[in-house]
Amino acid sequence: MSPATAPRIAIIDYRMGNLRSVQKGFEHAGVEGVTVTDSPAEASAADGIVLPGVGAFRDAAYNLRESGLWELVCERVAAGTPFLGICLGMQLLADVGLEDGEWEGLGIVGGRCERLPAGVKIPHIGWNTVSYPRTSPLFDGIDEQSTFYFVHSYHLMPSDPSVIIGSAEYGVTFAAAVQAGEAAFAVQFHPEKSSATGLHLLGNFGRIVKERA
Amino acid sequence: MLTKRVIPCLDCHEGRVVKGVNFVDLVDAGDPVELAAFYDAEGADELVFLDITASHEERPSMLDVAARTSEEVFIPYTVGGGMRSAADIRAMLSAGADKISLNSAAVRDPELITHTSRIYGSQCIVVAIDARRVAGSVERWEVFINGGRINTGLDAVEWARRAADLGAGEVLLTSMDRDGTNEGFDLPLTRAVTREVTIPVIASGGAGELEHFAEVVIEADADAVLAASTLHFGRFRVRDIKAHMAGHGIPIRLVEVAEEARSPVTSEWRVR
Repeated sequence: MSPATAPRIAIIDYRMGNLRSVQKGFEHAGVEGVTVTDSPAEASAADGIVLPGVGAFRDAAYNLRESGLWELVCERVAAGTPFLGICLGMQLLADVGLEDGEWEGLGIVGGRCERLPAGVKIPHIGWNTVSYPRTSPLFDGIDEQSTFYFVHSYHLMPSDPSVIIGSAEYGVTFAAAVQAGEAAFAVQFHPEKSSATGLHLLGNFGRIVKERA
Repeated sequence: MLTKRVIPCLDCHEGRVVKGVNFVDLVDAGDPVELAAFYDAEGADELVFLDITASHEERPSMLDVAARTSEEVFIPYTVGGGMRSAADIRAMLSAGADKISLNSAAVRDPELITHTSRIYGSQCIVVAIDARRVAGSVERWEVFINGGRINTGLDAVEWARRAADLGAGEVLLTSMDRDGTNEGFDLPLTRAVTREVTIPVIASGGAGELEHFAEVVIEADADAVLAASTLHFGRFRVRDIKAHMAGHGIPIRLVEVAEEARSPVTSEWRVR
């Protein structure tokens, strides 16, 4: 495949954490053409978009708006461009985030982002098993009850539970992964920190991008 | 279900993994990144890199280790040793570390825990506590800093609670009495701390038999277990520890690993 036609994946850099391991994770999974960019124009031309992120909901929403990447993400997802949100990049899909106040989210997956319930150790740190309420190409070839690495204190509560493609238990059953429409995905865990299983998932996303490019 | 974690610890000196006692007779155990990739393949759940010299001069080599690890290893890793300021912590996180372990610096400047956990999130601030039982006492331990050389007089259990209140996301608890003894983790110490805090506690120091790893989880409620030399020098493999823990009904992330695996630990140990 010539470079001109090879599908390209843009990892969006909006100053919310280190993105090197996400990029390297894709490389190790055999996915080519993955770049890190903070340019809406560059991201707009990509065949797939990845929104990672670690940190506070409010800061993330602010940075996305300031950089013009907010509109870009909404437009591309609406146009059917494959999308993968990771951790905070999943929580931001909610209508509203309830971390240190009440903040507007991207609204791509309706619902709220709330704190994990009291009674368990917060943050939820470690490897947790994920079960599949329904099948999704994102988990192709990954056994149900596989473990992924989580680090978070908040979780996305979709208003439409049918978007949930992966669920986990931690004090409550919560959405570990969602799929909206055919190609918008998001995971609460960190595939780039989930060893071979996580790299497999990144490879699946790369394949989805390729199929739709 | 959340699983209990098995965490290999890599003590580093001048950018190499070493094993020694009280900083003397350091034995070279290889390249940290190579060893880290090996432990990822072996099923380790996380890694800890500790700069045992903990000096400012060493930080460039630890930044290099952190950066190289982020490109080769796809499990979370913590870096500790020698970081004293928010700027030090920022540099290490930017290099790719998932978490920072603070020991002496946290005792000297507790505000550092609050400040950095607010900026980067409590999940990436681990407070490491080196604790030694007070002679003659049954259930009292004191916090030592500077690689175990200075007794702060602080009560270890109280310090753990305070660190958690200040914003630490995890406690890495090392029993100085048990470290290097192979007699097993300090169960009363670990239990005292896990009862006191609501953040995860990583038990460290003393593991010598497979039984010890299951014991500290079941009897002292540890969230994770740390092991160093028993792994590097081939006493056990990560999968042996995990299989043993799973055999005791402990939730564990079991992964398929190669039957035969050759540790990259330097075969000819060099005594410095």
